[in-house]
Amino acid sequence: MSALEVRGIGVDFDGLTILDGVDLSLHSGEIVALLGPSGSGKTTLLRVIAGIVRPSSGSVLIDGIDATALAIHRRRVGMVFQDNQLFPHRTTIDNIAFGLKMQGVGRAERLRRAALWLDRIGLTGFADRRVTELSGGEAKRVALARTLVAEPLVVLLDEPLTGLDRELHDRLMTELATLLRATGITTLLVTHDPDEAAVIADRVVQIDAINHPA
Amino acid sequence: MAGNRLPRWLVVALAAGPATGLAVFFAWPFLTLLAEALTGETIASTIRRRSTRTVVWFTLWQALVSTAVTIALGLAPAYVVARYEFRGRTLLVGLLTAVFVLPTVVMGAAFLALLPDSLDRTVWAVIGAHVVFNLAVVVRLVSLAWEHLPTDMESAAATLGATPRRVFAEITLPLLRPALTASAAIVFLFTFTSFGVVRVIGAPGTRTIEVEVWRRATQLGDLGGAATLALLQLAVLGAFVAWSAIAQRRSSRALDLRPAISRRRPVGRTEVGRVRAIAGASAALVVAPLLALVVRSFSTPTGWSVSAWTNLGRTEIRPGLRIGIDPIDALWNSVRTAAWATLFAVVIGALASLAIAAAGRSGRFLDVGLMLPLGTSAVTIGFGMLITFDTAPVDWRASWWLVPVGHALIAVPFVVRATLGVLRSVDPDLTDAAATLGASPSRAWIETVVPYLWWPLAVGGALAAAISLGEFGATSFLSRSGGETLPIAIERLLARTGSLLQAQGSALAAILALVTILLVVGVEHAPRIAPRIAPAARRDRSRRRT
Repeated sequence: MSALEVRGIGVDFDGLTILDGVDLSLHSGEIVALLGPSGSGKTTLLRVIAGIVRPSSGSVLIDGIDATALAIHRRRVGMVFQDNQLFPHRTTIDNIAFGLKMQGVGRAERLRRAALWLDRIGLTGFADRRVTELSGGEAKRVALARTLVAEPLVVLLDEPLTGLDRELHDRLMTELATLLRATGITTLLVTHDPDEAAVIADRVVQIDAINHPA
Repeated sequence: MAGNRLPRWLVVALAAGPATGLAVFFAWPFLTLLAEALTGETIASTIRRRSTRTVVWFTLWQALVSTAVTIALGLAPAYVVARYEFRGRTLLVGLLTAVFVLPTVVMGAAFLALLPDSLDRTVWAVIGAHVVFNLAVVVRLVSLAWEHLPTDMESAAATLGATPRRVFAEITLPLLRPALTASAAIVFLFTFTSFGVVRVIGAPGTRTIEVEVWRRATQLGDLGGAATLALLQLAVLGAFVAWSAIAQRRSSRALDLRPAISRRRPVGRTEVGRVRAIAGASAALVVAPLLALVVRSFSTPTGWSVSAWTNLGRTEIRPGLRIGIDPIDALWNSVRTAAWATLFAVVIGALASLAIAAAGRSGRFLDVGLMLPLGTSAVTIGFGMLITFDTAPVDWRASWWLVPVGHALIAVPFVVRATLGVLRSVDPDLTDAAATLGASPSRAWIETVVPYLWWPLAVGGALAAAISLGEFGATSFLSRSGGETLPIAIERLLARTGSLLQAQGSALAAILALVTILLVVGVEHAPRIAPRIAPAARRDRSRRRT
């Protein structure tokens, strides 16, 4: 059984077809990179899987269960947004612990688990830092930790390394690959960079290949 | 700032007029008021009096309730305005704003007309009027913050397992808090100092501090007590403003995110329905009182009639019985008063703006000084003038110009704000260029700066006229029998029983509402039709508006 399966997904916005008949399937623990030029609908596909965008046709299955009509917060699909979307009114540690708080984990326990992740992403001592004061690379790591600590069934990464300078990009790329393998979590990654896709992912899928215009 | 380099003596000469006016008509009356209040015994006896405590308590709780209800009702329209693109969106915001600028007596009259007899002379009418009045503050400020709050941030919280309710509580609400605090502070200030609405509705037992100042000064002759209360209110307001400034600075520290606005059309039947319902209900909430006002002006016990309108000029309510209020006279008094107030405000405002722009740092004193009357309540200004200019050689109470001067005092800051921005954005190179062509400093300035002044002065003048036409607080103290302005006449008419008088009061209020809305809508659209403002000036104006 696939951990994530999309079947015949179509999306129209204001009469414009963004996605048409998209099929994709990921096994449990697989890391797949979705490669394609900007405007090809990669991000829209992630948003459909996360439940942010309602598809006009097709279905999304998570762990074999039809999640197409399920609300975002019930899907257990984690997503790292391209611009991170850290909560500016919360400290770094409270950002990371947010998902655990939503699950009803007690304060002491969720701070302990969040602190572990802070160590894992190399930001020990950043707990009380305001997220608005983090650098681009630090913010990206925090966004990643915030998603992974909640232990979602599937993780979606939207252009996780875009906008970082070259050196940071390369370092974070290897870090990310290691981290995802270590957690063994099913991951769908969107990128326009073939090198990035090759380093991080087990399998690379071209979006043009799966998006069949009628 | 260069470009206005005037000879020193000219700057002093320009500033002299506004500074003298401020000293004579604001500072002196204010000091007189202080002296009146600051006799130890007056303060002690006023504060000890039980009615004082009752009044302060009423002022406070009605302001708190009005503020809470305004915020609660403003959230939904702020949300649809911020998040959705729909037909009538601009109209909705425009309606709310138009209501916000209405004179207080008009809003009071509208609620009298709207509510059934069992409710119309109660504190609930007062609170209702406050809410409708100030809804625009909440909707405009909160929607501005809301439309800049990324929807993806809420989605991010949802992917982390937050239910819609928790997303609102944990993400949306905290991020809107600075805007909510700011709008709550403004609404609280307006409702705490409410005067016109409370006077017109005239519910028994509803006396704000402002109303009590007026009652003690003009009805009971207790000048000391009135002065003490006026100062008490000023102290409370000062403390509140200081506190809210600190609170707002603290809560807005880190949240400087300003991403692009992402409004979209509502999708699906439920979403469309929700947006329509919220927008429709909000529009109905602000339109209903105004419609009721018009309807009331045509209703008599015997059915529909235009008699209130056709009889506006007749003072006899029954053959041989006069009530001493002539609506048509009041209309003309108001027009005359507004014309003079506008003239005073524009002249003083123009002189002050030129002096402030040219004087550099020391100009700030005049700038802040001219703003002070806005921070002081109109009631306090009128009261101060009343007790100052009542003995020879300054017994000016009967002078025709005293009311327009009081109005001008309140309107000058608006003229200055409109003008100063334009003045400061005139490119200094223009003046230098004129100088290299042989113009003396004064001549260069006249040639390059003065041509830009006409338009902002026209805008400031329109605002001054609108302020004067609706002014009620200061006028309550300064207006003389026979010289009643529209707001005074409306209050008097509506205080009487008799459906013809009520209908006449409503008719006058409708006229006043229409004129005010036309003036302010004209000003709102002024930047788009401004003919002569330099591009730099226009940029500056648009920046100041956002």
